[in-house]
Amino acid sequence: MAISVKKRRQARVLHQDCVACGACVNVCPISAISIYKGIWADVDPKKCIGCSKCERICPPSAITMGVLE
Amino acid sequence: MSVSRSWKDKMWISSLFYFSLGFFNIMFAWLGMICFVIPILMSMSGREKTFCNSYCGRGQLFTLLGSRKKISLNMDLPAFLKSKWFRYGFLLFFMVMFINMLFATWTVFSGSGSLNEAVRLFWTFDVPWEWANRAGEGIPLWTVQFAYGFYSLMLTSLILGLLSMLIFKPRSWCVYCPMGTATQIICKIKEGEKL
Repeated sequence: MAISVKKRRQARVLHQDCVACGACVNVCPISAISIYKGIWADVDPKKCIGCSKCERICPPSAITMGVLE
Repeated sequence: MSVSRSWKDKMWISSLFYFSLGFFNIMFAWLGMICFVIPILMSMSGREKTFCNSYCGRGQLFTLLGSRKKISLNMDLPAFLKSKWFRYGFLLFFMVMFINMLFATWTVFSGSGSLNEAVRLFWTFDVPWEWANRAGEGIPLWTVQFAYGFYSLMLTSLILGLLSMLIFKPRSWCVYCPMGTATQIICKIKEGEKL
């Protein structure tokens, strides 16, 4: 019997491109993003629901949606 | 939503208010120094980029117009505009232009230059703005010259930000905003991160 694997999307931040503007923090519906020391955005993988709102708003496109299995 | 959160979300009004006041009385341009001094002080005193993240009226204005009112083509920012070379270069250029503005203020203070009652857009085009000079006779001329210079800087950067908002993602200005770049550099230096 095959085991079904549920795929889940999750936000990832490219630290080298992030300008720490906080646009993603303000748009995240479940407060899963914080700004680490004013340098880059950090996504809490336990909280992220993969809605991709942060990906759409991120000005330098430093957030991508990855797939977790 | 808490009360404190709601007033923080309305900072975009202060940005509109600032430019409106400068239209009627150029001396209000001095208030813009708040947006220069507070982010730097915050980043140096351990509040990191709190100003950009929570209090920047301009960033909120671009979010309001670009995201909520959807006045944006929402295109991706070209790679060169988000490169470190461009961001750091633009910060340097902005600082040079700020020093140039201080020099113009100095010439009026020392009496070697005359007051230019114009707003200089994009550091090139003089737009007549003499009606906004409502400073009384007791007000030193150099403070008026500084106000004109500073308002020019603020208005030019607002127009650049609005153009970026219209073409690219709403808060694209934040990518190369000199204050945002400067505060991030301060945070990186404090944490020993590579610039």
